[in-house]
Amino acid sequence: MKKLSVKTIVAIGIGAALFFVLGRFVAIPSPVPNTNISIQYGLLAFVAAVFGPIAGALAGLIGHFFIDFSYGWGVWWSWVIASAVFGCLMGVVTSKLKIEEGQFGTKDIITFNIGQAISHVVAWIVVAPVLDILMYQEPANKVFLQGVTGAIINIIATAVVGTLVCVAYSRTIPKKGSLEEEN
Amino acid sequence: MTDVIVEFNDLGFQYRAQAKPTLYTIHLTVRRGEKVLIAGPSGCGKSTVANLINGLIPFSYKGEITGSVRIGGRETGEQSLFDISHTVGTVLQDSDAQFVGMTVAEDLAFALENDCMPQKEMKGRVREIAKILDLEEVLRHAPSELSGGQRQRVSVGGVMASDVDLFLFDEPLANLDPKTGKQAIELIDELQKRTGAAVIIIEHRLEDVLHRYVDRVVLMNEGRIVSDTAPDRLLSSALLSECGVREPLYLTALKYAGVKIREEMHPASLPELSLTEGEKEQVRRFFLENRGKGEKETRPELLTVKNLSFTYEKSHRKALRDLSVSIREGEMVAVVGTNGAGKSTFSKVICGMEKEDAGEILFRGRDFTSLSIKERAEHVGYVMQNPNQMISKVMIYDEVAMGLRLRGVPEEEVRVRTEKALEICGLYRMRNWPISALSYGQKKRVTICSILVLEPEMMILDEPTAGQDYRNYTRIMEFLRSLNQRGITIVMITHDMHLMLEYADRAIVFSGGRIIADKSCARVLTDRDVVERASLKETSLYHLAELCGAPDGTEFVQSFIDYERAHERA
Amino acid sequence: MINLFNYIEKESPIHRLTGATKLVCLLLWSFAAMSTYDTRLLLLLAVLGIALFPVGRIGVRDVSFMLWFTLVFLVLNTVLVYLFSPQHGTQVYGTCTYLFGFSGHFAPTAEQLFFQFNYILKYFATIPFVLLFVCTTNPSEFAASLSRIGVSYRVSYAVALALRYIPDIQKQYHEISQASQARGVELSKKASLTGRLKAASAILIPLILSSMDRIEVISNAMELRCFGKNKKRTWYMAQRFRAPDYLCMLVCLLLLGASIALTYVNGSRFYNPFQP
Repeated sequence: MKKLSVKTIVAIGIGAALFFVLGRFVAIPSPVPNTNISIQYGLLAFVAAVFGPIAGALAGLIGHFFIDFSYGWGVWWSWVIASAVFGCLMGVVTSKLKIEEGQFGTKDIITFNIGQAISHVVAWIVVAPVLDILMYQEPANKVFLQGVTGAIINIIATAVVGTLVCVAYSRTIPKKGSLEEEN
Repeated sequence: MTDVIVEFNDLGFQYRAQAKPTLYTIHLTVRRGEKVLIAGPSGCGKSTVANLINGLIPFSYKGEITGSVRIGGRETGEQSLFDISHTVGTVLQDSDAQFVGMTVAEDLAFALENDCMPQKEMKGRVREIAKILDLEEVLRHAPSELSGGQRQRVSVGGVMASDVDLFLFDEPLANLDPKTGKQAIELIDELQKRTGAAVIIIEHRLEDVLHRYVDRVVLMNEGRIVSDTAPDRLLSSALLSECGVREPLYLTALKYAGVKIREEMHPASLPELSLTEGEKEQVRRFFLENRGKGEKETRPELLTVKNLSFTYEKSHRKALRDLSVSIREGEMVAVVGTNGAGKSTFSKVICGMEKEDAGEILFRGRDFTSLSIKERAEHVGYVMQNPNQMISKVMIYDEVAMGLRLRGVPEEEVRVRTEKALEICGLYRMRNWPISALSYGQKKRVTICSILVLEPEMMILDEPTAGQDYRNYTRIMEFLRSLNQRGITIVMITHDMHLMLEYADRAIVFSGGRIIADKSCARVLTDRDVVERASLKETSLYHLAELCGAPDGTEFVQSFIDYERAHERA
Repeated sequence: MINLFNYIEKESPIHRLTGATKLVCLLLWSFAAMSTYDTRLLLLLAVLGIALFPVGRIGVRDVSFMLWFTLVFLVLNTVLVYLFSPQHGTQVYGTCTYLFGFSGHFAPTAEQLFFQFNYILKYFATIPFVLLFVCTTNPSEFAASLSRIGVSYRVSYAVALALRYIPDIQKQYHEISQASQARGVELSKKASLTGRLKAASAILIPLILSSMDRIEVISNAMELRCFGKNKKRTWYMAQRFRAPDYLCMLVCLLLLGASIALTYVNGSRFYNPFQP
């Protein structure tokens, strides 16, 4: 593993803290247990897109671990790991994007969203349920249904929140070009 | 070991992303034991100089360096950032970011941990530093449990731990209340005397830094050093006002009185200031001529608060205790006091962000407590300190229109009202710009504009000018004054004594959740008891009045304010 | 912040264990409880976990809030398992013993009830231990502990930073959300899903963008104080292992061993009382 830069370390820490705060205090519960409308995945997608797969994976892992930890319901490792997988995949699929250089056009938005959809599908419909079955022997139809619901809600949340945050951030990066006053 | 710690020789610097250089032909030498103040307006290049000294340039920020930068006798390019960190200890402006440990002890130990100091030795060193800085009682506390002053002492302790040769303070006075700021300057002075190291302070609040002796002031403007000389000489020249740096208030008063500032007067230090009898007479005459010229009129009450109390649910801390106060239509009022005295809580309760335990809030005589946070915003607008915390749209127009759109106002009306607000704020021509293209001061204007669009009768602003240089400060404050003249009542929460003196009609002073004074700013800032309890600082004008033998210090201050308002704005 | 993770400062043998020990034990214990469905071992873990509470001088009242969350979660999950898969027990244990004279898809079977009993037991095997860990481990020690058990110090410090800045970010979130409510942003259930998400973004954008500035300043502050200089670093909060530490880790290791051994002996992860 390449040595992580100090900035990436800080991004992981702050990313995890944001993930925690959003997940712990802003979650809106959906009818299926274990599943929330989790805007924190919009944030995680952004962190992964800007700081890369390792930052995405670790911010998701640490943030999600702390959420479980603070509720005290035992650490639900299968879902914690799925968050990390999402962050990691998201970092990989967006590695070509240059949001930190101020580029986030229509084509990039499409890449970002296809990428996040795939990453969510893998994380919630493959990784989380399979780990649930392996670790806890839960009934398959229950965990897959939970996974599918979770994936759909997370994809919608990331599409709205993640995209808006990326657009807003890319616009804050100064670009050369002149601005003219209008009358 | 060399005596010269910082040596810039014909230095120029250009950031990679920028079209023009930020620094030109800088010559600067700082020796062991020296104390140097670097002053200048925002954008003059003083932070870039700081980054060159502590090694963030070239190690974190990329760009092109010409000439030579030697730190501790060696070119920075030949060292690593870590080598430089052992020579230069930097205390950043943002004490929240500087405080990376979870508790005081851990933060003091941070640099030692990184240097792999064995734990036992480390604990001893931390105890030693805590003792020097009077932090022993709070070693196990988290940053949120500390006062602003304690937090700054921790920042200082964190760099002290590694025995540096130079302390670099980047805007140490930002975010501190006046009294704590004064203590910070005293602390820096003691620190230097104790360690014998060099000290560089970067700050635009000249008067506050000059509270203690400094050897030299380096004045910068537009990327160049304009002057590098003893403070007495600098203050007797016209350079400060040319560069847009504010001179000490007592010197402004002397100039109004027609006294010429000479180097031999020791203008840098008020206690050492020596005036001739003739000059003192000039000051007294100025006072008598301008005495009692400010006119007063009473207008109807806009906001009336009676017996208001509030307790934080989580901590059970009583933040407001039985407050009663009223604000009149068209006033411009300052709310002052230490951090945690209840100023911000007060404005949050007024705006409906927190729910009072008891008491009445009346707006134009009608009950305000039954209105929602959103409804109250149409009468009382709240502007946060940091504009970046309020901006959520990309374009200026959308940001300003947001409040109306969210209220379901028809788009045609949104356009008319938004354009009107943009016009008032002088942003109309920039309406289709992205907000990211704006300066901090302009962003502030956008956030004020986005509140103004809801047409509130009153606005509460949290620290409207925090961290701004004199030029920006004047622009923001003059803008607020112009809004005030349009009939909008303005309430400013502030730590800035100058702002209060120059712009507020009256000051409401908070301490420990109570209002301990509610009177004219001149009276507040000359009342020793109030000043002490609310962690304010007596204005230097008062001491000048004493020095010149003016009969009534409070009235002297008042007449200065009246004179300034009448003349500066004419 | 101090009570974000419900750390309760007290003097007890469990508090005196190093954070690293407790972390290792937590991991071993979790894996032991996770890998087995053997009723006997789960019972042992549950009883042992609860028995440790008085040792750590933690009362039920200290954890009642978290316990409440867990119970709601547990009941929901139990009901769901039954609704989705009332025959799961039959599949697992290979027999089908109808109870109370009912029959059909949703009829209760002894196997299903036994499976669900084990399912609940599994929670009780882990949750008390996690709660105990939460209550007795100083968050400050957490990062040092991670580094102690072999996680790179850079990653460990990322964990420490998260813990350090959670309260600040929480406060900032609260302030931003209040200011945007005043401007008319609503997160309530009245709005549609995308409406709510857009409203949330109005709060998130300033929060995240100012966090990006924060990342920059903090990383400068850390580098200026030599973070990342050496391959290693020492920790102010680290603690030395003593005999009880080794003992606890050994016990937990044995529990994990037992769990694995039982799977081998039983021929599956389940203890099956239905087949002779």
